Amino acid sequence: MKHPIAAAVAAGLASTLVLLVLWEVIGRLSGIRPIVLPLPSQVLIELNAEWRWYGGHAGYTMMTTLIGFALSVVGGVLIGTAVASSRRCERFVYPMVVALNSVPKVAVAPLFVIWLGTGMEPKIAIAFLIAVFAIIVDTLHGLRSVPQDVLDVARVLKGRPLAVFFKVRLPSALPSIVAGMKVAVSLALVGAIVGEFVSSQRGLGYVIMSAQGTFDTVRVFAALFLLALIGLLLYGALVWAERVLTPWRSHH
Amino acid sequence: MKPSSVLAQGVMKQYPGPRGVQALQGIDADIAGGRFVSILGPSGCGKSTFLRCIAGLEEISAGTLQIGGRPVQGPPDGVGIVFQHHALLDWRSIRDNILLPIEFAGKPADDYAGKVEHLLRMTGLHEFARSYPRELSGGMRQRAAICRALVDDPPLLLMDEPFGALDALTRDQMNAELQRIWLETRNTVVFVTHGIAEAVFLGDEVLVFSPRPGRVAHRLVIDLPRPRPLAVRETPEFGRYVGEIRRLFGSMGLLDETGAATS
Repeated sequence: MKHPIAAAVAAGLASTLVLLVLWEVIGRLSGIRPIVLPLPSQVLIELNAEWRWYGGHAGYTMMTTLIGFALSVVGGVLIGTAVASSRRCERFVYPMVVALNSVPKVAVAPLFVIWLGTGMEPKIAIAFLIAVFAIIVDTLHGLRSVPQDVLDVARVLKGRPLAVFFKVRLPSALPSIVAGMKVAVSLALVGAIVGEFVSSQRGLGYVIMSAQGTFDTVRVFAALFLLALIGLLLYGALVWAERVLTPWRSHH
Repeated sequence: MKPSSVLAQGVMKQYPGPRGVQALQGIDADIAGGRFVSILGPSGCGKSTFLRCIAGLEEISAGTLQIGGRPVQGPPDGVGIVFQHHALLDWRSIRDNILLPIEFAGKPADDYAGKVEHLLRMTGLHEFARSYPRELSGGMRQRAAICRALVDDPPLLLMDEPFGALDALTRDQMNAELQRIWLETRNTVVFVTHGIAEAVFLGDEVLVFSPRPGRVAHRLVIDLPRPRPLAVRETPEFGRYVGEIRRLFGSMGLLDETGAATS
């Protein structure tokens, strides 16, 4: 195949298809009950029959994830930049960020329901909170790894601090920030689902919880299939964004 | 712009702290505007530190250091610098890298299109104006770094072992090119190197540094006509200069032919 991305996607699809066929065959031969492990065909039939309903919930979860992710990118880059630029910020803010990050965010989720209600806001807040740390750390790492001689050249050329930041430091940190974004987008999805688990009437997390209550395993798997698809889509979008944002690097 | 002179009197550099290294001990140097001066010395002799002091990247501990009659306090105006590593910005094309000093100076880049074109042609890079640094060889990247240093016509060009990471053949070629470029620009150049032949080939004069703490052990005026062909290195005059420097290094205990190496 000519196009490397198309080739990679085709290979991924092929291996997924093989896995599903194996699952189907083994499931049928072993006669395992659908309430324990449904067959892929049953899950696909379910999705096909109710696609409008599933689509609505998937869209809601995706929306929450994307907003939480976008906020975490903005917030993470700002906090990372502040910590990298000011010694005082590094001494007082960074330890606090690390301490907050070591609290399991899942445990904080019920608190957000008390504060923000049962709408989209608490889910966005959890998605943001789980994702933002990866962005902070990678922004900081990127800004600190600017080669010294490049900074020396900028100093000798008497670039203004703002110009040096936007023309030298930030672009230099960009590959690292994008790497953080790849991690953060998956974490934001986790956060959105956790938020929906805690309290929700919408979203794939809600679908899973309510289906669990009625032992509707097929429905649980249908939601899981969609979550896998969303995760792949988001990751793929970032791989594409990486190519657009950092065209000077060789991408494999 | 008029080429800058550099005047150093008793320049000391002591790094702070209890284990602070004394890097420079009383450097005296009087570099007239428009001269090409090589600073030659063994590794760790403080020659790069001295260059960084001139660039305003390091503060001196004592003594006076002036560029064009003005004391150095932070990076002075009108300085171009080239390091051993090209220090180009990976995400900019070669042309945009060369224009960086113009952007930092807040000047319109369009006014310098002709200048960039001229520099690119002079260094044989005109076909690579739109390439990224990653796509170029080591020698070509270093050429681009030199173009960047020259684009705003700095009266003073500082070079810190710019060809130190290149293979011998490329290095020879870069030496010849640098001389050609300099004969055209005629700005002041301070060129730090640990290559004896390179220092003599390029320099109007060679300042030989002693091992740390660095001092100017000897000042040698190279009286060879320009433009110097690479073959000048095979002439007896050239050999005499190189021999003199070698004997000087020998007297410092840096060259030991008895097999009992000191370093």
